Amino acid sequence: MSSSKLKTGHQIDASAVLGWGVDSDSENDPTYPLRDSPADPSKRLDWVRPTRQVPNVEILRSIEYNQLPAVVGTSVPPSGLSGVIRRSAFRRSESDWVHWLMLLGADRVNMVEGVVQDLGQGRIPNILAERGIRSAWQHERQKVVTKAVVVAGLSVLAIALLSRRAKSRRRT
Amino acid sequence: MPRILHPRDAIVRVTRSCICGSDIHLYNGLIPDTRVGSTFGHEFTGVVEEVGPEVENLKLGDAVIVPFNIACGQCQFCKQGLYGNCHESNAQATAVGGIFGYSHTAGGYDGGQAEYVRVPYADFGPMLIPEEMDLDDAVLLTDVVPTGYQAAEMAGIQLGDTVLIFGAGPIGIMAARCAWLFGAGRVIVIDWIHYRLEFVRSYGPAEAYDYRQIDDMAVFIKKITDGLGADVCIDAVGADASGNALHTLFGKMIPIEAGSAIALHWAINSVKKGGIVSIVGVYGPTGNMIPIGNVVNKGLTIRANQAAVKRLLPRLIEHVQAGQIDPKALITHRVPLDDIADAYHIFAAKLDNCIKPVLLPNRR
Ligand SMILES: NC(=O)c1ccc[n+]([C@@H]2O[C@H](COP(=O)([O-])OP(=O)(O)OC[C@H]3O[C@@H](n4cnc5c(N)ncnc54)[C@H](O)[C@@H]3O)[C@@H](O)[C@H]2O)c1
Ligand SMILES: [Zn+2]
Ligand SMILES: [Zn+2]
Repeated sequence: MSSSKLKTGHQIDASAVLGWGVDSDSENDPTYPLRDSPADPSKRLDWVRPTRQVPNVEILRSIEYNQLPAVVGTSVPPSGLSGVIRRSAFRRSESDWVHWLMLLGADRVNMVEGVVQDLGQGRIPNILAERGIRSAWQHERQKVVTKAVVVAGLSVLAIALLSRRAKSRRRT
Repeated sequence: MPRILHPRDAIVRVTRSCICGSDIHLYNGLIPDTRVGSTFGHEFTGVVEEVGPEVENLKLGDAVIVPFNIACGQCQFCKQGLYGNCHESNAQATAVGGIFGYSHTAGGYDGGQAEYVRVPYADFGPMLIPEEMDLDDAVLLTDVVPTGYQAAEMAGIQLGDTVLIFGAGPIGIMAARCAWLFGAGRVIVIDWIHYRLEFVRSYGPAEAYDYRQIDDMAVFIKKITDGLGADVCIDAVGADASGNALHTLFGKMIPIEAGSAIALHWAINSVKKGGIVSIVGVYGPTGNMIPIGNVVNKGLTIRANQAAVKRLLPRLIEHVQAGQIDPKALITHRVPLDDIADAYHIFAAKLDNCIKPVLLPNRR
């Protein structure tokens, strides 16, 4: 490195910066992750597997695996219509665009299922609070007010249009 | 209350957890297979409450840093130090290993924005928090510090290099700090949020620019370097990037792309020929519109990964203890777990000068 390279056209003097160069390493090329590639390619599949977890719920498995990984997450097993979509998504590989689009679709369906389930249990979800309305009111009140006014305005307009259409339909 | 499901599990009572830029991608619905009812949160410290029969190195009451990757420590990829790519921890996808609280695409594990968490492979991942270490520093060692450090490491910085970083969130800020440790000659950060640019100017330190005041990124970068571009570029923005209407439309509004990839686009076009682009910004698994032809024509090297936290912790703990890195300076908000909805909104909308929010266990 030429010292001029450290000084051209900028304000921060590198050598004065705290910790400058303490991890510099001219051998760091190739760097992580290539640096630590295994020396012996025949060892690729040769590891002692951890104890296998026996899942107590349905686990969807990527078809790119030839066996279930030793440890699995069990937080939310697939269920309902979204579960049906997810199961069929998992018939396709991670390389298949449709696999992911189906999962994204299932996520949206799952949101509706969540609200319906809440309502079914007599709980009215407070979506505004869940989206942080309190902090919005505190830090960006104007935006909240503008949004509310726009939404209110649009709803009034929609109601007016609908009732006019209903009226004119009754007249004919 | 989570239960032990595998002999190498532990149950940890959370003492600190954070909200991360990665959580914003989940929050905005950009990551597939995010199921209703799952608990988010991959950055947390805690106290060991229960251990499975195969966990011999932890005992009840130990205070631990829990890396965000779930890694077995013995598969081919773990042996290679690729702890973000463990082959024994994510049933739903082979590309990435398990991550706490990060959708079923990352294994379907409940995360740390909670009171208790099931920690798989607890005999391998967690590390004891050094006695004199502040919990606020410790919790940032679970992701922010290693990710920023690895971003700089993967960029293969040589002494004197000009390092260009997109994003002045916690990750970009930390990448700027760490770029100096690798011997950068110049560190430039791009964002549009002024309080963050201001922060990184002194914390990095770095030259910092608002992209909204820049007509054309590639031209601007060439102008302020020697005309050839930056030696290395780091994408610390990921799928929620703003700054380009087309990417916002296709990446976020009608997600045909796996998120908006404009920062990556700028990185590819602003780096010198033969340069390196290091990506730690997170994208969905489908695909993005990026100028791949330029990657070919310019002969670029692209390096990317989820940070392999465990691999870097020993060195990073030294850096924190030596005062080279001051993680907790990034923390702007301390919020009880009960008020998490507001913390998410403040962090996602970049309100109240927020850089990094930390969730505290509920007052009992
Ligand atoms: N690879 C990993 O291991 C890993 C770990 C943690 C976080 N991440 C990812 O790193 C990224 C950043 O995380 P964070 O916590 O700092 O998030 P953040 O949301 O706080 O920061 C992102 C910053 O990028 C800025 N930005 C938006 N568009 C931009 C553009 N076009 N050019 C420049 N800046 C732009 C935003 O204003 C914001 O300040 C996210 O994608 C996150 O998922 C990756
Ligand atoms: Zn994170
Ligand atoms: Zn592994």
